[in-house]
Amino acid sequence: MRNRTRTVVTAVAAFVLLGALWEITKLVLPAAGVTVGDIRLLPRTDDAAMPHVWTVLARLAEPEVAGAAVARPVWLAVLAGAAFTLVLAVGGLALGGVLGALLALVMQRFALVERATLPYVVASQTVPLIAIAPLVAGWGGKIAIFGWSWQPWASVMVISSYLAFFPIAVGVLRGLGSPARADLELFRAMAAGWWTTLLRLRMPASVPYVVPAVRLAAAAAVVGAIVAEISTGTRGGIGRLIIEYAQSATADPSRTYAAILGAVVLGLVVAAVVGLLDVGLRRYRGSVR
Amino acid sequence: MKGTSAVELVGVDKDFGEVNALSGIELTIGGGEFVSLIGPSGCGKSTLLRVVADLEQPSAGTVTVGGKPPRQARVDQEYGIAFQQAGLLEWRTVAENVELPLHVHGMAKPQRQARAAELLELVGLADFAGSRPSQLSGGMQQRVAIARALAPSPRLLLMDEPFGALDEMTRERMQAELLRIAGETGAAVLFVTHSIPEAVVLSDRVVVMSPRPGRITEIVTGRRPAVGKAAELDPDDVEDVRESSAFFAAITAVREALRKGHEA
Ligand SMILES: Nc1ncnc2c1ncn2[C@@H]1O[C@H](COP(=O)(O)OP(=O)(O)OP(=O)(O)O)[C@@H](O)[C@H]1O
Ligand SMILES: [Mg+2]
Repeated sequence: MRNRTRTVVTAVAAFVLLGALWEITKLVLPAAGVTVGDIRLLPRTDDAAMPHVWTVLARLAEPEVAGAAVARPVWLAVLAGAAFTLVLAVGGLALGGVLGALLALVMQRFALVERATLPYVVASQTVPLIAIAPLVAGWGGKIAIFGWSWQPWASVMVISSYLAFFPIAVGVLRGLGSPARADLELFRAMAAGWWTTLLRLRMPASVPYVVPAVRLAAAAAVVGAIVAEISTGTRGGIGRLIIEYAQSATADPSRTYAAILGAVVLGLVVAAVVGLLDVGLRRYRGSVR
Repeated sequence: MKGTSAVELVGVDKDFGEVNALSGIELTIGGGEFVSLIGPSGCGKSTLLRVVADLEQPSAGTVTVGGKPPRQARVDQEYGIAFQQAGLLEWRTVAENVELPLHVHGMAKPQRQARAAELLELVGLADFAGSRPSQLSGGMQQRVAIARALAPSPRLLLMDEPFGALDEMTRERMQAELLRIAGETGAAVLFVTHSIPEAVVLSDRVVVMSPRPGRITEIVTGRRPAVGKAAELDPDDVEDVRESSAFFAAITAVREALRKGHEA
């Protein structure tokens, strides 16, 4: 309990520190930035490039578009966008997680599959996200499943799952292979079959490997969803909102930062949820021997 | 007699490629008999035990465990096994570790809990049923491992240097404990050790082995305290054995057999 309180306090302190650093940067560095000849070494720090922290926070409460008839406040727009992206990222994490765990299981069961597919799994991660995003959207557009035609958000979820897949596949594979030889022989001596050994030994032993993998995968799923929204032009999410706001950043810089703040909070919420998973699986954590 | 023997090895060889780990092993262990294997490192003690446990296939010869082929004996949980490292699962409580073999074989929860409680009583750890293995000392962990090996009521216990990692005092206490447990359960024991006094005080027979190729060179009669008294065996009886002249004579016999094997 005290531990968790400390985690929350640390997280809040980190936020405050980040804000303080931001303000100090503005104070110390010249507003026009630092340039040597034609090369800009440090960015501009004037209010247009780096608005004050309090301006950004205040902007959250103001309407999105000044003087519009039915104006949403910025915070509501950011919240709606973040929630939309959260759903897609969680969906991507679930999809990538299930597929990654299944592949790891098959690789664990059949060494041949591991040798045959692991290099491709690794290689798949070198294909840049920006390159596959339009491909997925393009292929998806041609698919209709049981009369359900492909939606842009489905592309976002698939791309997000593509990023979540890798850490989970590798983490689960390592975790399932982690029990000591002596433990495996004990199970063999008890005439435990593959399933029983999986359930009673390999899976519990893999928890210390899988929890960090899920943590990585969750972060990757969020980043993947945001980038995918932007590169497929999907509306409704925080990624798209950042781009929209950025287009009028010269006139209204603090609105862009408000949206970026939303993306940061989204990442923290996902990290906190994974933290809860860690707490729930506490009894399996010290099992690495 | 044949029907009651716990283990029968006839002409057993085991090769690992070029290495001749076991050669021409002939050994019969009677029901309830306590047999120790002793010999220099690499003479095939663990290999012999593993062949009996069906963790290793013999290259030649026949192995019978409780009247069955080793594979069948393993599937039927005819034996319980314990290694030098207790090998307890950290995410299970002490009681749940003892239940493991029963759990694996699908015994219902109330029955296996009752059995685990009974066994923890037997090894003197009833108060630690809900503890985590890491909260126990090395000797206590090894007792849990023995209780786990005994869970399916096997007629045979296979033990590979189970007390090898314990200090001398704990070790002697564990030996007395094991004698009592073997007496109470009536199980036969095949016990690998590097300690001559340990082999002598525990065993009905001490099997002396020598390396390259691993073979049995001699069998010495041990000084296991009388079976009749085993059920109420207390550490003093074992202490008496350790101070008897017959005990020292047996130690000398084993030592000489080991030396002969070394020179051969
Ligand atoms: N899986 C294996 N593959 C190859 N060689 C092996 C294998 N297991 C054992 N050996 C060899 O067989 C021989 C006997 O090994 P074993 O482990 O049975 O000896 P041991 O008597 O138990 O020795 P120690 O007292 O050190 O435990 C050794 O030469 C060893 O190198
Ligand atoms: Mg050995």
